[in-house]
Amino acid sequence: MPGPVDSSSDAPRDESARVTTDALVEAPEATATRAARTPRRIVLTAIAVAVIGFLVVKAAEDLRQFTVVTLNGVTLAALYFVVASGFTLIFGLMRVVNMAHGSLYLLGGYLALRMQESWFKDDSGLGLSLSGASDTEYGLAGWLVPLIVATLIIGLVGVAMQQVFLRWNQGQDLRQALITIALSVILADQMLAEFGGISKDIAAPSSWPTSVLLPGDVRFGFFRGVVVLGSALLIGLLLWVVIKRTRFGKIVRAGVDDRDMVAVLGINVNLVFAGAFFIGAMLAGFGGVLGGTMISLAPGQDTAFLLNSLIVVIIGGMGSLGGAAIGALALGLVDAYADVYLVIGDTDLTNYSILVTFALLVGVLAVRPLGLFGRPA
Amino acid sequence: MNPRVSTGRLPWPVLAAVVVLAAIAPLLVSDFFLNVILTKSLWLGVAAASLIFLAAYGGMVSLAQVGLYGVAGMTFANLVLADGGSSAAWSPWLAVPAAIVVAGIVGLGFGWIAARSEGIYFLMITLAFSVLVFYFFSQVTQLSGFGGINNVDIPGLLGNPEQDPAPRYYVTLIAAVLVFVGLSALSRTAFGLGLQGVRDAPARMRALGFDVTRHRTLAFALAALIAAVAGILSVWYNRRITPGSINLAQTIDILIIAVIGGLYRLEGAWIGALAYALIDNYSREWVPEVGNVLGPARFNTLIGVIFLVIVLLSPGGLIGIYESLRDRMGRRRRRTGGEGGSRSSPGPESGPATGTVS
Repeated sequence: MPGPVDSSSDAPRDESARVTTDALVEAPEATATRAARTPRRIVLTAIAVAVIGFLVVKAAEDLRQFTVVTLNGVTLAALYFVVASGFTLIFGLMRVVNMAHGSLYLLGGYLALRMQESWFKDDSGLGLSLSGASDTEYGLAGWLVPLIVATLIIGLVGVAMQQVFLRWNQGQDLRQALITIALSVILADQMLAEFGGISKDIAAPSSWPTSVLLPGDVRFGFFRGVVVLGSALLIGLLLWVVIKRTRFGKIVRAGVDDRDMVAVLGINVNLVFAGAFFIGAMLAGFGGVLGGTMISLAPGQDTAFLLNSLIVVIIGGMGSLGGAAIGALALGLVDAYADVYLVIGDTDLTNYSILVTFALLVGVLAVRPLGLFGRPA
Repeated sequence: MNPRVSTGRLPWPVLAAVVVLAAIAPLLVSDFFLNVILTKSLWLGVAAASLIFLAAYGGMVSLAQVGLYGVAGMTFANLVLADGGSSAAWSPWLAVPAAIVVAGIVGLGFGWIAARSEGIYFLMITLAFSVLVFYFFSQVTQLSGFGGINNVDIPGLLGNPEQDPAPRYYVTLIAAVLVFVGLSALSRTAFGLGLQGVRDAPARMRALGFDVTRHRTLAFALAALIAAVAGILSVWYNRRITPGSINLAQTIDILIIAVIGGLYRLEGAWIGALAYALIDNYSREWVPEVGNVLGPARFNTLIGVIFLVIVLLSPGGLIGIYESLRDRMGRRRRRTGGEGGSRSSPGPESGPATGTVS
């Protein structure tokens, strides 16, 4: 009987094991680079202080704008987190870098859009709409049902992908990455053929308000501020509970540390892998529906969200949920601030905002090559 | 994580014959074929060679090569006379070394960051670099023009490629041969051998006193120089460069070329490039139209499926297929020749397909 691992003895043992492996890995590096590390730390701290000081000055200049920009960053981060958490979950357990994650994101959005248009388009309302005939209005079900169905379908697509293409070459991580790249090329082209090249978006339920009034007389989009942020928090909480408190989560955590040992203990690893792929892909599809409502759906978004997921998990450390949250927050805030505040004197440098993202990535990797919470594979 | 690497080479006489054949190609084929197939596959091959060099000898599968060749191409296009960009109107011959140096410096920086990670992390970090380069050039229109940089000035040596593509073909051919010979020679030097040691056993190399990270960084910078050559050749070929031509799709195309040819054999770069250019041009004529799913407009689906099949069946690419066929034939001949199974070597026919976890 594969009884659950005793959690009371599990935690401390895990901690000590981690400390020793860390020490082992760092030992040869530490002595050589300790001298070099201190000035590097000082430089990075100075940069961080300068950035925070700059933001404080900007906040003092126009607090309302600063609030809106910050909220933009946080909500963007929420979306990044939803997508990247699926990516990091799959990698953490299976060492599979799912390069088709962005394609699953976009496919989820497109499927929901197609369902919304074909199932919930209410022809009787035509002509009654005051805002113009093109704006079809949808009820709550017209958004929720496509969300749920599309999310589930993408989860199944992910499982199918894993079972057909990835299961039999477990452990060959480069080959698996190449396979998912091939799948992403095919999916991107097929989506272009099916859904066209024009940017589209999913309509939010018309019963929802467009914006909410926050203290300080700040108006912010309801969907962005409440729905996206709320879903991200909920998903983060759910994942945390599942990973930390359930048997499945325990197996996943054990699998991250030692896959072979878990299999030897009599646990059906293939089932767990399929489950993790289901959840990971579902998160991409869910993110696609949120992103399709919040931003838009267009060819190229798959690339954009693959890149975002990559940066988030590279910053946060592959396979770490907390790392994904912090990485997403860093990326979202940097994106939002750089888009607005990169103006020095009269020169507008907002074009160069991508360099700030790059600097963030380089800064983190310079100090921690495996990301903030990364551990050696 | 690396599949068993076979960095052997086709025998020199075969390669020499190929080069001679390539040298007389302008007499044998039409101008269209010379331009669209041969010249294009030569420069695509140089780009793929920089990727294969890192993968085969350094064990680093880098997706940053398109980003780096984009940097070189954009630098070149900005420095010479062109429509769009800064159009500094330098002499093209002066702009060539400048572009290579800029790409080399960027490559050194990328390498410094990426070289400390390994395997799949390396792949992801370099992919992020490449896409960041694309986003940089698509945002900064001062450097990339609004519709890309067009009518880029090229050296007078190339003549007028629209009328006579042969000079440009020869220049590209010479560059490709130099890249191949140079990289082959490099793999036999102390640096190249050290790099292969770093690939196979980094811990032992460190124990021997090698600075593993520096070795990998330098190899990466070196590959950046090769990528820069490809970037300049691509600008000479297209006479223009746009951010769209260095995007993720192109990054993946170069990877596809390298994988189709054979990720662990240098000459695979040009074999893959030739296959890619042929498919690119002629698939539209014979691919059947299946609704929206397949047809002349769905080139990416076709190339994606071919890529998928190659990765699934023969990770050694076309060269891997050729080698396993040759080995199988050889074994059959040996068996009929009566030498028996006593000489059975430990399964060379399995080739790189038997990749396992390290």
